[in-house]
Amino acid sequence: MDLINIAAESAVEKREMPAFKAGDTVTVFYKIKEGNKERVQQYQGVVLQRKGSGLTQTFTVRKISNGVGVERIFPLYSPKIDRIVIDKRGIVRRARIYYLRDISGKKARIEEKKS
Amino acid sequence: MDPSIPLTLKINTMSGIIGKKVGMTSIFDTDGKQIPCTVILAGPCTVTQIRTKEKEGYHAVQLAFGDKKEKHTSRAEAGHFRKSNTGPKRKLMEFRSFPEAPEMGSEVKADLFAAGDFVDVTGTSKGKGFQGVVRRHHFSGVGMQTHGQHNRLRAPGSRGASSYPSRVLKGMRTAGQMGATRVKIQNLEVVKVIADQNLLIVKGAVPGHNGSFVIVEK
Repeated sequence: MDLINIAAESAVEKREMPAFKAGDTVTVFYKIKEGNKERVQQYQGVVLQRKGSGLTQTFTVRKISNGVGVERIFPLYSPKIDRIVIDKRGIVRRARIYYLRDISGKKARIEEKKS
Repeated sequence: MDPSIPLTLKINTMSGIIGKKVGMTSIFDTDGKQIPCTVILAGPCTVTQIRTKEKEGYHAVQLAFGDKKEKHTSRAEAGHFRKSNTGPKRKLMEFRSFPEAPEMGSEVKADLFAAGDFVDVTGTSKGKGFQGVVRRHHFSGVGMQTHGQHNRLRAPGSRGASSYPSRVLKGMRTAGQMGATRVKIQNLEVVKVIADQNLLIVKGAVPGHNGSFVIVEK
């Protein structure tokens, strides 16, 4: 396991990422290449889960786009992620809030953490 | 291979190294794409013998990899390792061609390879035990689940005609042991070489369990 980490650390740049968890609402600034131009696209939604460990870990963001649920999985240390901004901290009781897929509208609200 | 060509001039044969599969991970390429990779601990291997045309009838370099204890070494083996001034090793392999013949007792390391090289990796695949034809040969099973059938879902079906030839033809795919065989994966790209740790990162999967021996050739 140690040797894998040595190998991975030499190849993947470990950046400082904000600490977020399931239930939080985040905006992911994702770099997109169009022809020769590069621009940054924003993707805002609720974090469903964080998965894996170390440099290969991923997170899933769900949003409702035009009435259709969309989920996107991002590798946390992908060089294509420009930055991640936490918009809201949510209170949930689970590390993986899959139940959010089955509810919609007012029921799908997540209580916000007051700090 | 023509044995009259000196060791340094041979082409189309491969130099290689013995290593150990460490495991899989993924890294990002320059486009930001995530690519699956295998990490291999390649070497350090010690040159324990140089086989020559004059003595053995062919040219080769014998490499040894992985330490083992003295008490697990036979006296004959111990004497062989003493000749190259190394301790007992677990794995011995011969490689038919190196770009230049290394010296006895010298070390061959992962820096034999460079990023961008294409290598062949040989290992022993994971054993799956005795498996039926559906798993082993991707048969699709027999017929339907209804209409009176109840115990033939994963059966092979017919194995051939009846009175002629009155036997099962040779090479018929049947159930049996699956895996745990020698497998070579060709043309894996070396993504990165970490020379001080003797680590190779190759693109794609490599046969065998983590920790099993593999042979990397280029």
